[in-house]
Amino acid sequence: MSVLVYVENAEGKFKKSIFEAVSYAKAIADQLNTSLTAVSIGNVAQDELQKLGNYGAAKILNVNQDALKSFINQAYASVIAEAAEKIAASVVVLSNSFSGKGLAPRIAVKLNAGLVDGAISLPELNDGKFIVKKTAFSNKAFAYVELHADKKVISLTPNSYKIVEAGGQAAIEDFAATVKPTDLTALIKDIVRATDKVSLPDAELVVSAGRGLKGPENWAMVEELANLLGAATACSKPVSDADWRPHSEHVGQTGIAISPNLYIAIGISGAIQHLAGVSSSKVIVVINKDPEAPFFKVADYGIVGDAFEIVPKLIEELKSFKANN
Amino acid sequence: MKILVCISNVPDTTTKITFSDNDTQFNQNGVQFILNPYDEIALARAIELTDNGAGTVTVIHVGDASAEPTIRKALAIGAHDAVRVNAVPTDAFFVATQIAAYAKDQNFDLILAGRESIDYNGAKVPAMLAEILDIPSVSIIKKLNIEGNMGVVEREIEGGKEVLAIPFPFVAGTAEGVAEWKIPNMRGIMSARTKPLQVLEPIEVQTSSKIVKFETPAPRGQVTLIDAAEPQKLVDLLHAEAKVI
Repeated sequence: MSVLVYVENAEGKFKKSIFEAVSYAKAIADQLNTSLTAVSIGNVAQDELQKLGNYGAAKILNVNQDALKSFINQAYASVIAEAAEKIAASVVVLSNSFSGKGLAPRIAVKLNAGLVDGAISLPELNDGKFIVKKTAFSNKAFAYVELHADKKVISLTPNSYKIVEAGGQAAIEDFAATVKPTDLTALIKDIVRATDKVSLPDAELVVSAGRGLKGPENWAMVEELANLLGAATACSKPVSDADWRPHSEHVGQTGIAISPNLYIAIGISGAIQHLAGVSSSKVIVVINKDPEAPFFKVADYGIVGDAFEIVPKLIEELKSFKANN
Repeated sequence: MKILVCISNVPDTTTKITFSDNDTQFNQNGVQFILNPYDEIALARAIELTDNGAGTVTVIHVGDASAEPTIRKALAIGAHDAVRVNAVPTDAFFVATQIAAYAKDQNFDLILAGRESIDYNGAKVPAMLAEILDIPSVSIIKKLNIEGNMGVVEREIEGGKEVLAIPFPFVAGTAEGVAEWKIPNMRGIMSARTKPLQVLEPIEVQTSSKIVKFETPAPRGQVTLIDAAEPQKLVDLLHAEAKVI
């Protein structure tokens, strides 16, 4: 019995959500009194791999094969399942990233494992039961899912588990996985990544704006506020529908669901579909000129007023705060 | 082009969520059920791809007879026929296995589903189904076109997008952007009544998970309103009280 964590890389680097997944998997390994192994696929430098030891990985299976240079769901799922079988893993942990959402179900089927996707806390282990909490009904509820297969697959929602530094070292072992040609029929034609921006699912702080901003030309102040905070930018559905901002920034039920530490909503009224994607944010700030906007009902802090007056003042206050802290 | 679209019957977005039987069951009393919005986008794209006689669209649902209005809506939107597997689903693996059992001999070129359902927010059925059928799958797609014998899809990745060409057959989980929702017209509604709806009995499946308890989030506290003339107070509170900056 052991625990395996899949450590997805983005162009050879691990993101914060991966260190969260490794910390989470390490805590499960401790619960089960066993060790944690990580499996990495792709070209990741040794010093980057070695970082995983600090979060509790005792061993890293390093799969660096030409056929697996690009992410192909089917092939990566086969490799991770093979790694799980190699170390007789009883639990496999992934980040519930865009790729993780596609991988975890395939791995669960391959291993005959039970799956909880989008877990938000450590398993409860009582009387031989294994119960994991996840969100349901678009953040309007939580569900506790009992996994009763011998093997378990858990994908962890980003920003839902604290990174814990364990201070250990990891032994890196090259692992030559079996790659079936039939797993590699999908071909990647193009990848476009905005590398200079904080990615939304990973962001701890998010500044978001809606139709109240009146037009795309007014987004400079939103971006300035986000840059000052080191935050990602986001928007409501009408804004991305109107092409003021790209669809990749749309948060809400039909966009990306996020759970940052701080969500600042500017000029967004707070329709139920929008709240479904952001209501698990730890702290919500709403700036809106309509005191009756439904968003104020779920906000922690609110300012009623004109965003075009408030946001520039807020930017100035943050600049002086940063200068003094 | 022969397309299968997997559809779920889910509580309306605005439904107040409550539970019964000591918080172990979702309380369906008074709940309006709808076609899962993401599945509706998948269906809309399937209909566009088979327009003007270029193929057929079959919808499949795993659930009891109470879902038939939702299935008829899918037929009214434009699906050609429908299949209902007569079982109350226990988990995603159960659903994926039932759909795979039906699909394995049907030679579908493409199987579409919404990227997730809005009830249990699982994104599991499309990828599990593909794994059982041993065909490729791709999740959270924003575009889907056909080029020769390949589907060309645009997939969401963190901070960007990826374009993939995938040979048929494959399974795709669709997100907003892949098509515009279609509103059934009167002709569609009338013809939906007579389109074929096949009811199949389920195969036996050993499930591996079950929901043992539900909980609703603790209500958030009252909002602290800050005077618009004093935004420094917000900065102070975010730093000293909320400790997020």
